[in-house]
Amino acid sequence: MDNAVKAQPNFFEEKRGILSWIFTTDHKRIGLMYLYLVLAFFIVGVVLGLLIRMELIAPGETIMKAQSYNAVFTLHGVIMIFIVVIPSIPAAFGNILLPIHIGAEDVAFPRLNLLSWWLYVIGTVFALISLFTGQGPPDTGWTFYVPFSEFTTTNVSVAVFGVFILGFSSILTGLNFITTIHRLRAPGMNWTRIPLFAWSLYATAWIQVLATPILGITVLLVMAERILGVGLFDPAKGGDPILYQHLFWIYSHPAVYIMILPAMGVISEIIPVFARKHIFGYKMIAFSSLAIAFAGSLVWAHHMFTSGMSDTAVLIFSFLTFIVAIPSAIKVFNWTATLYKGSISVRTPLLYALSFIFLFSVGGLAGLLLGSAGTDVHLHDTYFVVSHFHYVIFGGTGFGLFAAMHFWFPKIYGRMYNERIANIAWLILFVGFNVLYFPLYVIGLQGMPRRYYDYLPQYTGGHFISTVGSWIVAVGLLIMFVNIFHGMRKGPKVGRNPWGGATLEWFVPSPPPLLNFEEEPEVTRSPYNYKGVEPDE
Amino acid sequence: MSNIHKDYEGAKLGMWLFLFTEILLFGGMFLLYAIYLAKFPSEFHKGGDELDVVIGGVNTVVLLISSFFVAISITAIRLGNKKACLRYVYITIACSLIFLVNKFFEWKAKFSHGIYPDSEHLKELSQGENIFYGLYFLMTGLHGLHVIIGAVVLGFAVYFIQRDKINKEDFVFLENGGLYWHLVDLIWIFLFPLFYLVL
Repeated sequence: MDNAVKAQPNFFEEKRGILSWIFTTDHKRIGLMYLYLVLAFFIVGVVLGLLIRMELIAPGETIMKAQSYNAVFTLHGVIMIFIVVIPSIPAAFGNILLPIHIGAEDVAFPRLNLLSWWLYVIGTVFALISLFTGQGPPDTGWTFYVPFSEFTTTNVSVAVFGVFILGFSSILTGLNFITTIHRLRAPGMNWTRIPLFAWSLYATAWIQVLATPILGITVLLVMAERILGVGLFDPAKGGDPILYQHLFWIYSHPAVYIMILPAMGVISEIIPVFARKHIFGYKMIAFSSLAIAFAGSLVWAHHMFTSGMSDTAVLIFSFLTFIVAIPSAIKVFNWTATLYKGSISVRTPLLYALSFIFLFSVGGLAGLLLGSAGTDVHLHDTYFVVSHFHYVIFGGTGFGLFAAMHFWFPKIYGRMYNERIANIAWLILFVGFNVLYFPLYVIGLQGMPRRYYDYLPQYTGGHFISTVGSWIVAVGLLIMFVNIFHGMRKGPKVGRNPWGGATLEWFVPSPPPLLNFEEEPEVTRSPYNYKGVEPDE
Repeated sequence: MSNIHKDYEGAKLGMWLFLFTEILLFGGMFLLYAIYLAKFPSEFHKGGDELDVVIGGVNTVVLLISSFFVAISITAIRLGNKKACLRYVYITIACSLIFLVNKFFEWKAKFSHGIYPDSEHLKELSQGENIFYGLYFLMTGLHGLHVIIGAVVLGFAVYFIQRDKINKEDFVFLENGGLYWHLVDLIWIFLFPLFYLVL
């Protein structure tokens, strides 16, 4: 029996050919397809970002005209938010890992999972079509604020339709994950033995299901406004543009927790493995994910302090915004407490995890300045905001994604990348990141407004340093991707459990077989109990 | 080993979650309705007077009847009575068609009076009436789209029942289709008083 079981082909070998991938219902293949598309579009987004920074290296026109600049930063936003960051960890690594984590053969609805991926592709195609058809790419910013988005002649309708489809894909993924976690846990996998990454996906999935429909109706309304001219958001016809902002942020603020929660889940997996210690405060970390998901859904209007709301509303939303900081801080303190007196081995995934904690804290604390109404009035729509969300989204979700890529790499490919080069890439990336974004805090405080094509000469220094930083980041990313790509094909083979992790995925072969497990797992221990777990290289 | 598994509870859970998202989708529109009703109460009253309560009422009754038939079709398939089940699903789909035809005539009448989004006539009316009719067309239009989707889903159910893919043991597709149909009905139950009976 044992030998026959060992002979199972892994999920790469099971079937071959492009069709066996794009029509697969295997969660690991679907996850990988998400990952490859996400990374491809990440590179596109990075190139657009480099163009923006290049344009801003000096005042006045440098490499493009103002209209192109508007289109480029809109595309950078749309691609990075809707196509890259939102699906990055939940759809890619969530799909690859969630069923293995909870001891299931696949997600609850494998075919629906494939449909989500197809919808993601179709939505992306629509977003791309909007660039090359109609009267030029959208120039509204990724928020599609009315009334400008109603009246601009650029191709907004097609782009928002793409966003609608991407939202649909996100809803179906969330729905699938909730059902999977409720129905398909292995025997013995009770709620307090679920790995924290799965917990974070659970919280994320609820946000996806409950918030995304609002985005759906909002972008449909933008289309209706453009095509039918109903006037719901047009003051001349009795409509109210502020209502658009409310509807938009009711989704889009919770969406930042769709972005950050899974990354926090990744960090919660990595820290205990490399500290070789049971995670500190398992229940509090799990609970804080749900608390962030809940509280994060009540704070949308802190994007609108300067849009004209009643003072009472501003006060309440400011207060609620501060509440989100509590569960976030619980996580950060628990990670640090896990490291305390741990037997730490500094490997690449841990470096990314540690830099996550640092960058997320810098970004998160800046968020408090934006969340309190008084300081927000000064900082609203300045580069301070740009820096804040890049620290949280790129420094948080982005570094979380890189951490996940390095942590689960040996599990997915059964090979290892060159750790020395990976560490060098990390260092360059980390330094470049701070050179790129920290100056933006400073010029933001000095009053440099965001989205502007041109600026006054006193901001030149900050912009110049920042642009140099963007080149350093690009170099770091290049080294990282080349190393990963090389490791995929030529890296040395490794065993099942190179890091000595205790969650279920480390006890199945690398790469895992089609149905994940050689025999149905029975869970008898906590996922962070390292007694008797030895790394095997 | 096969990973094609049937999980009745899981399928129902997934469907309920999906229905939540549909409610939230309409929730965005209801939110707009609530705010504009507070802003333009008298215009909404005037607009509500213009709509044809008889057609709206008939459509409400039609949808309620259809909900009844989709419900007993599930009972029929559980009892193994394929023929009766098919008959009830046919009646449900017929009701959806009656609803859509009624809606068509109602919209056509409005269009012939020059009332449609962005029309010259609406521009002459007050802002509140423009918003009222805008919401009316968007919300009933979105609902009508859901009626069509529901009818298509039930059409697939008919196809599966005929081929015994939906049978006494495995009827969750029909049951989920029925749930969807009830949702379509439920949303109309809210739309009807908001637009036709608004005071």
